[in-house]
Amino acid sequence: MKNNYSNGEVRVGFYVCHCGHNIAGMVDCPAVAYYISRLPGVVVSRDYKYMCSDPGQELIKQDIKEHGLNRVVVASCSPLLHEHTFRHAVEAAGLNPFFFQMVNIREHGSWVHTDRAAATDKAMALSRAAVNRVRFHRPLETTRVPIHPDVLVVGGGIAGIHAALTMANGGKKVFLVERDPSIGGHMAKFDKTFPTLDCAACILTPKMSAVRSHENITLWTYSEVVKVEGYVGNYVVTVKRKPRYVNEELCIGCQECINACIFKEAKFPDEFNVGLSKRKPVYIPFPQAVPQAVVIDPMRCLHFKTGKCKQTCVEACGDRHAIDLNQKEELVQIKVGNIVVATGFKLFDAKRIPQYGYGLYPNVVTSIELERLVTSSGPTGGHVVLNNGRTPQSVAFVLCVGSRDHKTNRWCSRTCCMHSMKLAQLVREHTGADVTVFYLDIRAPGKGCEEFYDKSLKDGIQFVRGRVAEVTDWAVTPEEEGKLVVRVEDTLAGLVRRIPVDMIVLAVGMEPQADSQDVRRLFNMSCGTEGWFLEKHPKMAPVSTFTDGVFIAGCCQGPKDIPDSIAQAGAAAAEAMALIDRGYIEQEPNTAYIVEEDCSGCKSCVPLCPYTAITFDEAKGKASINAALCKGCGTCVAACPSGSIRQHLFEDDEIFSEIEGVLAHA
Amino acid sequence: MHDPNWQPRIVAFFCNWCTYTAADLAGVSRLKYAPNARIIRLMCSGRADPQFILAAFSSGADGVLIGGCHPGDCHYSEGNLKTLRRFRLLKRMLHDLGIDEKRLRLEWISAAEGDKVRSVINEMVEDVRALGPLDLPGRFADWDGEMTRLETRAQAAAEQVSEAKAEAAHV
Repeated sequence: MKNNYSNGEVRVGFYVCHCGHNIAGMVDCPAVAYYISRLPGVVVSRDYKYMCSDPGQELIKQDIKEHGLNRVVVASCSPLLHEHTFRHAVEAAGLNPFFFQMVNIREHGSWVHTDRAAATDKAMALSRAAVNRVRFHRPLETTRVPIHPDVLVVGGGIAGIHAALTMANGGKKVFLVERDPSIGGHMAKFDKTFPTLDCAACILTPKMSAVRSHENITLWTYSEVVKVEGYVGNYVVTVKRKPRYVNEELCIGCQECINACIFKEAKFPDEFNVGLSKRKPVYIPFPQAVPQAVVIDPMRCLHFKTGKCKQTCVEACGDRHAIDLNQKEELVQIKVGNIVVATGFKLFDAKRIPQYGYGLYPNVVTSIELERLVTSSGPTGGHVVLNNGRTPQSVAFVLCVGSRDHKTNRWCSRTCCMHSMKLAQLVREHTGADVTVFYLDIRAPGKGCEEFYDKSLKDGIQFVRGRVAEVTDWAVTPEEEGKLVVRVEDTLAGLVRRIPVDMIVLAVGMEPQADSQDVRRLFNMSCGTEGWFLEKHPKMAPVSTFTDGVFIAGCCQGPKDIPDSIAQAGAAAAEAMALIDRGYIEQEPNTAYIVEEDCSGCKSCVPLCPYTAITFDEAKGKASINAALCKGCGTCVAACPSGSIRQHLFEDDEIFSEIEGVLAHA
Repeated sequence: MHDPNWQPRIVAFFCNWCTYTAADLAGVSRLKYAPNARIIRLMCSGRADPQFILAAFSSGADGVLIGGCHPGDCHYSEGNLKTLRRFRLLKRMLHDLGIDEKRLRLEWISAAEGDKVRSVINEMVEDVRALGPLDLPGRFADWDGEMTRLETRAQAAAEQVSEAKAEAAHV
């Protein structure tokens, strides 16, 4: 331990940062520095333009050496942003880093107030509190906790797949957990991808099979994470493996059982084709599914419903014995050091906007339904057809369905403009139909996207600006007879129009998953007000969360397209690997400890600890805290009736002096 | 009446993970709110010792605000619920001490609710402004003064009595 804890004179250096105009614009920094300079024990008090810059940090280091400072206070931005920066600077000058205290006068000061005098007053009060507090600081040392090298990836969409492969290629053992029977996610349903129009399956399926065959990846489909315990480096995760009634190892994907099923006709909606086709109770999710193993749906299977099935599937499977109707749900526990959450999104339910007639008119479809129609592996073999089997002569796309609307979702789903233009081009290619796109604004900011918009215009796709008011089959002119009529205010032409078409495609936006709140709690993450998982910092830490060792990637963090999802997945993988390769994490030394001579042995604290860090030592008749288990919340400290539990960095005398400080008249 | 230039002083104990971060978000979003709250960061609202709250009042705070994560969202599982229990008890005690219940407030504010930080602080400042200064230090000084006056008077009376007794004995 660097022992420069001075029991004698406290010599405080105080620095107030201008942060350019960010702070200095609303707080009189020299006045704050002058006010603090007159407090007892303050040796140096300065204001400087950018404290976090190299010269700013150098200033602190120099003063520590020249003036023999043994405490440092910096009033600038949030400690969540730069506490580490300044602790390092203080440490570099030979002082214990915990002799430092930070004051937040930007996020909690200059940025939120409009009265310069009041903001300056507040900055003085907060600074005074910190100067008061820092006197009581003691030298502390961070503890190192080893990191378990294995990683868990939750969600087998393109983001999860990419993150898992990246880490597995880097030599890490990865558990990939997916709740559906196959990995692939939304991307597996797409025909082509914008703006390059390359085939989605051609770029996705190789990655899917790479996951299956990778020696470092343990793939658990049809499984869900149900419990997460522990902390960064040492998570204990419980995964529920739902019974698929088929042994994945033994099934070779020959599908003979499907042909042999007692249900001669497929009669249940096929999830993969969003209900546009039917499947049997025993099915394979889609031709390229990974793993290539059938799954039996117990809600549909006659054996599970009545117990009176001849089990023709088992018979067909024969010697392979892959079908196991006695499979039970299993709970598996794994240990991992880091977790990447890539749980994706769900699509907006178009029925929530009844005036668009989804569910009422069969020729009103959603963008994902059209996606399945244009795909050659889809229910129609790639033919875009109307309800009556005929090819549409005219198709309309309605953009921003459920997005950019205060009545539904306020956000822009980012991909629907491009996705719709892609589909529009494919529809023209497949059917030669006239295509009209109804839009609010065309958002084509990605690489090659504006060029794709240009191409769409040149290809003869009509664009009409205006939010569609209604879709109706009520014809008022002979040419509207038998068609769907789009009623819209054309805001560029300045008139209300009625446009008859054969088919209407609703470009539904993205929403957080229905169970995003449960998932968030499971992994101890935060959500924004919309329900997307919250990143630690919108710019500086876009894939980290407030829980160390839990990273987010893909659309669970917010709407984004495939390249962005993959970029984020790579970033999350890199962050996790950086932690693993360092081998340890440094834990903030804010743990609670017991002053034994004061402990009366009342045991009030024991049940309060959610981490079972507190035990009662029967022999001594005193409580005892296991520092390795303590997370430093301080709940026991506040509860101890004799004041015998204390918390490093949040000692009673530190906080009492802070209270005095903020209330001392400026 | 109190000084027209009087400004309420509020001490706020915010948990590091939700409410403090929400206050940072309010800053980043440049939301504007009253400058009367002084935020003290704790790792968890569960660390908000009732003594801190009493110390704040007795050091001159006109109001105390505690901010924690929503129930079920606590970074430390349930520190916020422990605070809720203490808060309920403390409120009763403050009531008995004659401190208006609006002077102590507990709010669940998640890291995403920057706007709630703004509205809660603004509301609380207005509530406390309407109540006027609490000025416990002033009241303590008054009470101490009263005690001293009573003591001096009692002493004086005792002296008179003993003088009278001495006189009577003399006679």
